[in-house]
Amino acid sequence: MAGISREDVAHVARLARLDLTDDELDRFAEQLASVLEHAADVASLDTAGVPPTAHPFPLSNVLRDDVVSPSLDRDEVLAMAPAAEDGRFRVPRILGEAP
Amino acid sequence: MTERWEMVVGLEVHCELATATKLLCGCRNAFGDEPNTNVCPVCLGLPGSLPVLNRQAVDLAMRVGLALRCSVVPSIFHRKNYFYPDMPKDYQVSQYDEPLNVGGWLELPDGSRVGVTRAHMEEDTGKTTHVGGGGGRIHGADHSLVDYNRAGVPLVEIVSEPDIRSPDQAKAYVNELRAILVAIGASDARMEEGSLRVDANISMRPVGTSAYGTRAEIKNMNSVRSLGRALEYEARRQVGLLDTGEAVVQETRHWDEDEGRTSSMRSKEEAYDYRYFPEPDLVPLAPSEEWLAGVGAALPALPADRRLALAGVAGVAVTEPSVATVVSQGLDELVSAAVGAGADGRLALNRAANELAHKQAPDAAPFAKVLLMEGEGRLTATQAKAVLAELVAAGGDPEDIARRKGFEAMGGDVVAAAVDAAIAAHPAEWERFAGGEAKLAGFFVGKVMAATAGKADGKAVTALLRERVGR
Amino acid sequence: MTSAGDIARAVRAGARSALDVVEEHLAAVTRDDGELHAFNLVLGEEARAAAEEVDRRVSAGEDPGPLAGVPVALKDNLCTRGVPTTCSSRILDGWRPPYDATVVGRLRDAGAVVVGKTNMDEFAMGSSTENSAFGPTRNPRDPSRVPGGSSGGSAAAVAAGFAPLALGSDTGGSIRQPAALCGVVGVKPTYGLVSRYGLVAFASSLDQIGPFAASVADAALLLETIAGHDPADSTSLPRPAPALGDVLDEGVDGLRIGVLRELVDGADADVAGRVTEAAAALEAAGAKVGEASVPSTSLGLSAYYLIATAEASSNLARYDGVRYGLRVDGDDVNAMYGATRAAGFGAEVKRRIMLGTYALSAGYYDAYYGQAQRVRTLIIRELEAVYSSYDALLAPTTPTTAFELGAKTDDPLAMYLSDVCTVPSNLAGHPAVSVPYGKGDDGLPVGVQVMAPALAEATMFRAAAALERSLS
Repeated sequence: MAGISREDVAHVARLARLDLTDDELDRFAEQLASVLEHAADVASLDTAGVPPTAHPFPLSNVLRDDVVSPSLDRDEVLAMAPAAEDGRFRVPRILGEAP
Repeated sequence: MTERWEMVVGLEVHCELATATKLLCGCRNAFGDEPNTNVCPVCLGLPGSLPVLNRQAVDLAMRVGLALRCSVVPSIFHRKNYFYPDMPKDYQVSQYDEPLNVGGWLELPDGSRVGVTRAHMEEDTGKTTHVGGGGGRIHGADHSLVDYNRAGVPLVEIVSEPDIRSPDQAKAYVNELRAILVAIGASDARMEEGSLRVDANISMRPVGTSAYGTRAEIKNMNSVRSLGRALEYEARRQVGLLDTGEAVVQETRHWDEDEGRTSSMRSKEEAYDYRYFPEPDLVPLAPSEEWLAGVGAALPALPADRRLALAGVAGVAVTEPSVATVVSQGLDELVSAAVGAGADGRLALNRAANELAHKQAPDAAPFAKVLLMEGEGRLTATQAKAVLAELVAAGGDPEDIARRKGFEAMGGDVVAAAVDAAIAAHPAEWERFAGGEAKLAGFFVGKVMAATAGKADGKAVTALLRERVGR
Repeated sequence: MTSAGDIARAVRAGARSALDVVEEHLAAVTRDDGELHAFNLVLGEEARAAAEEVDRRVSAGEDPGPLAGVPVALKDNLCTRGVPTTCSSRILDGWRPPYDATVVGRLRDAGAVVVGKTNMDEFAMGSSTENSAFGPTRNPRDPSRVPGGSSGGSAAAVAAGFAPLALGSDTGGSIRQPAALCGVVGVKPTYGLVSRYGLVAFASSLDQIGPFAASVADAALLLETIAGHDPADSTSLPRPAPALGDVLDEGVDGLRIGVLRELVDGADADVAGRVTEAAAALEAAGAKVGEASVPSTSLGLSAYYLIATAEASSNLARYDGVRYGLRVDGDDVNAMYGATRAAGFGAEVKRRIMLGTYALSAGYYDAYYGQAQRVRTLIIRELEAVYSSYDALLAPTTPTTAFELGAKTDDPLAMYLSDVCTVPSNLAGHPAVSVPYGKGDDGLPVGVQVMAPALAEATMFRAAAALERSLS
């Protein structure tokens, strides 16, 4: 399981929307491979019958009432935006539908 | 050679829940407000913000589950990770392999059943508008604008089993689902406003086989009518491929309402890797027995139950089309009351379905009275409909209305005399009618109607004519 | 340096002006922070105004609160309304949150005076504060060395006397390890005891905000102020803040303390030596000391790096140039995402995002993330077993003293290994504190870690206070 190829790193970088240079691809592949090798002890452990822990404590049913609370001021919101138009956030053209 | 093909369809329906606030924050859940005025750190996904689940959204989602005969079970939330401008966090809070509601079904007016695999909770995305392409289309746009008012609105996604076998059945499923969602107060379920969205998965297979063919997913159907048209088109398209030995590609296709066709939206990644993992910022949901029982007890009678009850009261099969119409118009109580007052069930159903649909319903007592008057022969069918129309328009008492309109009971003698007069006046036609030309009955009925200023009952006239022939 | 407790008492009594206190501390910052770079942003004007308000309230006969006039430094991943919160990253350079983190609000309500935002490893990813986009922080004990990380700036601020109190965040040791390297007290509370609302998330199921202080008593005071249920955080425990002031003098008579063998064995000899001395000191004070074992500690480190990076890869997806922060334009939105994130994130952040994405990706989820969550269960079970025999555990906070700037930056794996003593508490959600305890052979501070089961802060602070007393 250990061992991550340059192609794997390129694929993962695409999934994570990170543009990497060729140098970075090489370097990260090497570094990630060494970390994953160290993590091989986890991958190869026999954990039959052991349930995963997603939360340290068994809290459940944390809910809030369906009551309106104040929203942010629209000007404040758009002031943070790198680009805005017509009260909306402006982005470069989107080439495809949502996956 | 063209084999006979069977359509196999499953529907994924997203419905916006009718809560006051969003799923994970207290911003207003409202349609049509100024862009980006119902946003906060949570639904904008600002750094450091955290979600808190809306109790009412859970309540409504449980109602949906129970109304669809699902089991409501302990569940957790997952993150569905992908990048898109309408996603404030670039992940969607949803439910994956431990959803709230599982294993139900929907009964349609024609008596068929469609299974419901699951109905889970998730948050809605923002809304993008595209600028610069033709007609707001994404294709050829120069840039896009994003409004996050809708981001975080609570949704229930209802996934059906692939039990649907025709466009009509698909449409009936959506209509029935809509009726249920509205009846239980979970959603206003309007496709035109986007509070109900339907995606279809469709494949074709030879009739008589059970293996599933390759399916295509169809998106962008904005009305029930579009759904029907899209399925018809797609079925033809797939059969066209399969008949010539070509394969159907598993892909997502976009329905174009104007052009009346689907087109491929094939993207580079075939099966997108959403990297689902349990949402660490939310804790598991395990509704108590009390809560669940309360939701169940508060459910109103569902359309299927009302149809069954109405059919029983009216003494007709539940699949009679007028039964579904009367229930969907909310007139079932009215009809039941009329039957209770002695009116004929079938007559009550027909009059309600045909004369009262989409109109202001009259009160039960006058409605029943009209039906009884008609049943006793004191009003003809035409006269009864006229009285009902008056009742709907202005209310009042049916006896008074009938009197005002001159709808008096026409004595049997008067009718018989008019019939004999008509026979005497048209011996040639009478000979032909008596000789077997049955359709000349209409000729004589017309003459009698003219002579009696429309007050004779057509059925009675026809019966008398036959009697005269027999003599 | 006066303690936070003393300052608050004096200001509340009107014996000292909050403004004077703030000026004193700001002067120290001006004098020494040029070299140390503990702060990304010094909030001189805001601090003076807040101090003046405290003084006004005191004159009006009102009580400004238990932290009246006390200067506090905040790690730059804590949202401060209208004030830049950068997480030491270019991608958030200049971004001003429109809201305060819950803990920041509680500090202000208690009369504390926020003096600045401290430097950190970018998005809390690191153990040396060398991963900051704005340059490293230097260790006040020896400026050629790292202060530890990721809360290096906050640790240094307290060690250098810039503020008696600071807040940091701890995901895998990021409060405790810099506390140890800088010679101050650092606490990671029980998971859920302190609200995370307004803490820019790194790894949601591991992150906790906690105090830095020069004394155990001051750390307890700060924790009392910020802890307690917050309805805005669904993972916040439905409990009030613990009352800790009273327990500090209770001593450790009869308390069962276990020394964690694997962690002592894995530390440098001089560090291990300090732990042994600490154990002896507690025994002399009446504790029953024995040896404890948590065999899965090494597995725990790997599990931590899979879980933390997986959650981080998702938490950091939102930095995409659309709504706030840095944007590098592109021909289309995907190009914009790729270019923005490439320019905005440093190498360590990119490494961890990719590692986390990989651990969650199709085909690898079960082997990496899934397994890691199961290992987490194993660690919790081992700790629970140990806590059936012991009330608290003793261990090194980190295997070495402060290393030199640049010593580990070429080897990410070597850097990760310095977290081996601290991650078990994060995985289990248990509290732990680092208490300064002597020096290494190089004369640099050593921290000893007291670990306790969930919600056993009182026990933990009792032991920590006893250790502190044993040094005086």
